[in-house]
Amino acid sequence: MVTRGFTGRGSSGDQSGRIPPGQHLVENFPVLTAGPTPNVELADWKFTVKVGPKPVKVWNWSEFNALPKTKVTKDIHCVTSWSKLDTIWEGVLIEDILADAGLDRPTDFVLAHSYDDYSTNVPLADLLSGKAMVALKFAGQPITRDHGGPARLLVPHLYFWKSAKWVKALQFTTRDEAGFWELRGYHIYGDPGREQRYTDD
Amino acid sequence: MTDNGTQTASWQSCVIEEIVQQTPSIKSFFLRLSRPFAHIAGQHVDVRLTAPDGYSAMRSYSIASSAASSPIIELAVERLPDGEVSAYFHDIAIVGDEIELRGPLGGHFLWPEPAVDAVLLIGAGSGLVPLMAMIRHRRTQDPAVPTALLLSARTADDVLFSEELHSVEISDAAFVLALAITREDPIRASDFGRRIDSAMVEEVLARLHRKPTQIFVCGSNDFVNIATEGALLAGLDPSIIKTERYGG
Repeated sequence: MVTRGFTGRGSSGDQSGRIPPGQHLVENFPVLTAGPTPNVELADWKFTVKVGPKPVKVWNWSEFNALPKTKVTKDIHCVTSWSKLDTIWEGVLIEDILADAGLDRPTDFVLAHSYDDYSTNVPLADLLSGKAMVALKFAGQPITRDHGGPARLLVPHLYFWKSAKWVKALQFTTRDEAGFWELRGYHIYGDPGREQRYTDD
Repeated sequence: MTDNGTQTASWQSCVIEEIVQQTPSIKSFFLRLSRPFAHIAGQHVDVRLTAPDGYSAMRSYSIASSAASSPIIELAVERLPDGEVSAYFHDIAIVGDEIELRGPLGGHFLWPEPAVDAVLLIGAGSGLVPLMAMIRHRRTQDPAVPTALLLSARTADDVLFSEELHSVEISDAAFVLALAITREDPIRASDFGRRIDSAMVEEVLARLHRKPTQIFVCGSNDFVNIATEGALLAGLDPSIIKTERYGG
């Protein structure tokens, strides 16, 4: 349905192919969070990989920073409809974390947990092959608290609520278990290309 | 509908029934739904505008009207600098125009049903909108629930729904209104003439007399951070604090 009188800014020139349906480009970096911003000191920071309820490996900040680092440039897409292009992140790929934990593919599904008790689910296949990392830097600088620092999950090919801020654990689950927003009306998978915003999209 | 207020929400067209200039930068749009829905106070809709060339723009707007089932919902839209969709609403939209929306959406920032214990609401500017839906819902459904609203605005003229808020406060002993006016002196002695800070949150909490079991904060990211820091410093548990940050 055409809206009378609306012309909009129009598509964004050569970048239109990179912007998924229903998204618009931003230059700033909006902050969206369901609760207070947690304050996680590096001295207290720990990251755990679990299989079911069982912790397999725990890293402190310096141990985690000793893992191989990878730098990526990615476009990110928030379900609230903004997209930001060419964001630069540095962190540890999920396959490198799993290798250090001596894990291969214990199950096909992962639930990421955060310091503010947030959680989000991602199939393992979407975390491997260089698709995802635990990011430690954004644009060359340590990630600020507002954007999930000290460390956040980065799964840029899915809507950005999947890229859990203040991440503290990855837990392998036997089933695809819905996380925080997935239990509150948002899509279980969240592919921006297919506009999977809400549960039944 | 699930327990969290979510349901399949498909796109529908609605007609702009009435437009009211609320403050110098905020207008209310009363929209007649083609498929009416019942919502929970705090929920939002996604609005979609489509240009003749097929380009479309989508934004989320909180619902300001109370949750009473009605074919008409109220959105209050602030004109943003460089806003694409807000500029359409403010400069182009007229009564009788049709737009598309889907909703109700959102399963977190929701007035508790049933509400029993005290609730603290903190908002800035158009961040009042989802909180206003809660205040209106409370008026009819949960009038005994002790509720305080701390609302920040630049000037008295920028206070959205000012008249209605003041009339609720006068007629309702269980409702506390505290304004934080940042760019001029406040008119009432009980209001604050400065930007929000922890001491202000603490004082409003004291006026509520009861420790809240739910806190809803809506505004810019910086505002929300200061408000939630204040609530945490006052000893409130982070798990009872729900936030919405606009600009996204």
